[in-house]
Amino acid sequence: MISRLLVSMLLLTAVVFISACSGQPTGQSDSSGSTMIQGSGSTFVQPLMVKWASEYGILNPSVKIDYQSTGSGAGIKAIQSKTSAFGASDVAMSDKDLAATKDGEIIHIPVVLGAVVLTYNLPGVDKPLNLSPEVISDIFLGKIKKWSDPKLKTDNPEVTFPDTAILPVYRADGSGTSDIFTDYLSKTVPEWKEKIGRTKNPQLPTGVGIGGKGNEGVMGQVKQNPNSIGYVELTFAKANKLPAALIKNKAGKFIEAGSDSVSKAAAGAVASMPEDLRFELTNSDGEGAYPISGMVFVLVYKNQEDAAKGKALVDFLWWVTHEGTKFVTDLHYSPLPAELVAKVEQKIGMISSGGAPLRK
Amino acid sequence: MTHLGDKIFRTAMTMAATVIVVIVVAMIAKMVMNSMPTLQAYGVGFLTDSEWVPATNKFGALPFIYGTVVSSVLALVISVPISIGIAIFLVEQAPSRIAKPIAFMVELLAAIPSVVYGLWGIFVLAPFVRDYLGAFLAQYLGFLPLFQGRLTGIGMLTGGLILALMITPIITAVVRDVLEAVPNTQREASLALGATKWETTQIVLGNAASGIAGAVVLGLGRAIGETMAVTMVIGNSPQITASLFEPAYTIASVLAANFADATEELYLSALIEMGLVLFLVTFVINGFAKLLVMRVAKRTGTAKNS
Repeated sequence: MISRLLVSMLLLTAVVFISACSGQPTGQSDSSGSTMIQGSGSTFVQPLMVKWASEYGILNPSVKIDYQSTGSGAGIKAIQSKTSAFGASDVAMSDKDLAATKDGEIIHIPVVLGAVVLTYNLPGVDKPLNLSPEVISDIFLGKIKKWSDPKLKTDNPEVTFPDTAILPVYRADGSGTSDIFTDYLSKTVPEWKEKIGRTKNPQLPTGVGIGGKGNEGVMGQVKQNPNSIGYVELTFAKANKLPAALIKNKAGKFIEAGSDSVSKAAAGAVASMPEDLRFELTNSDGEGAYPISGMVFVLVYKNQEDAAKGKALVDFLWWVTHEGTKFVTDLHYSPLPAELVAKVEQKIGMISSGGAPLRK
Repeated sequence: MTHLGDKIFRTAMTMAATVIVVIVVAMIAKMVMNSMPTLQAYGVGFLTDSEWVPATNKFGALPFIYGTVVSSVLALVISVPISIGIAIFLVEQAPSRIAKPIAFMVELLAAIPSVVYGLWGIFVLAPFVRDYLGAFLAQYLGFLPLFQGRLTGIGMLTGGLILALMITPIITAVVRDVLEAVPNTQREASLALGATKWETTQIVLGNAASGIAGAVVLGLGRAIGETMAVTMVIGNSPQITASLFEPAYTIASVLAANFADATEELYLSALIEMGLVLFLVTFVINGFAKLLVMRVAKRTGTAKNS
């Protein structure tokens, strides 16, 4: 009896010990000689990352990409603490975040673009709605309470709105989606900037709207509640076959969200982009640019400690922004415009190990 | 003469028991340490302020405490009578060929992952509450502030219902065990004295009271800590209203929803302090419940039974 107890305790200790050892962060070469690269972060890019990882794995069986969708904030934390080889975030790191990173310089590499759309559940209305930033702001601030409000009618003369109360749905969890959405409204509507501002955790006035957790949560609420409106990433609206409103852009045009219009937003922004590529795509210049666009950054250290692993990572990033783009539109993301790819190539070229660039 | 094996055994067991104490102390210490920034900046105000706006560093936990307590109490109010009813039926009334499958189904209910409850909540329960239950309550009991406000199907009522459903299996299972532990001689004595089935059941319940109170505490514990399912149906809006139709927010929900994405120090600290508050709320409620159990046990004189 006692010996059995001792044996089982020993076994338990051994198991804990072994699993603690194998939980090594950035992943290293395992016994079969393959390289394991671990990334984590943005939930938004997760479906595409999974696709990329599996396609890349077919081409390069010796490299295994493991991506955990933990959220953009967690992705930033993971790269700061070196628990992942790369982080992914819908939002560029802030100056404060960068200052708090002690282990070397971090490079921002845009890999793909996406759109945040206003999706709604409005029985009897089958024409896509036109929404201006002022109207969106008023709805989410609780100033426009009913669909029959004349302000909605102005931009949608042909739509017959029901005389029902609007139910706004927002993201209750901290998210890059909220950040893009509030960034856009802060740039376009002074009242929004003053009352809510740009934030990952928007707090609507008391009594306005309900919060959903994650894109799926918001989607579920909108789907279940007639007369509701919420903001989600385009992919989720498409997958659930819910409509997405046309949004008024800087040029005054109402633009539908799609691969093309989002890429145009990025193309319009390239000229005003800072050297480190940390920038927002919202309210971008250009006739056909969709204004609530965002991008996903992969965050990597400029100096890679392990040359072999660093090389594998660099090759993967190169593939993702070149050959890998063919998987992008199927999943309703948007590829980087050519102008931006040129900048990305230059950034990837900067990644080095011990002073030697890893991309030959 | 003590046996060597005995010594080893006792040491091992003492160590196992010590682990619990160490873990609890370590958890509290770590949480207090990491929530120092907000503890210092807001003090007691953290517990009494009702404004929660992370973007402008306003952290008031009151709406979350309110949401946690109210949703859990609501769940108990709905679940306890049903659970005790099921248990009485299973132990006192049903023949075993009916009792066995029902008991099995109750246990099955306990094995469903909470995210499944949450999805079911969004797609089935919320529309039901909106279209039928809530509409009914608003029509006939709408004069009460409890049943006024925006009826969207997402809110405190649905959250409470989901929780009730989730804690019912636990309470039922424990109450059933407690009832079964009441010696049959008591039932026989009661029946022999000419008591009816109903009167006999009352006697059995009286004897099992402290155990039943314990079961309720267990259920309450789960309700307070439940996260996923509640997050999905409660509406996640930090406000304090009398209406059960309005959205609310619980401590566990806000932690689950925001922890991964919190990068600013003060925000992170506020969330960790929220965990501390949850600890405290659980502690207070559990202590309260323990007192209740003790009083019930004293009154019915069945302390030995529990």
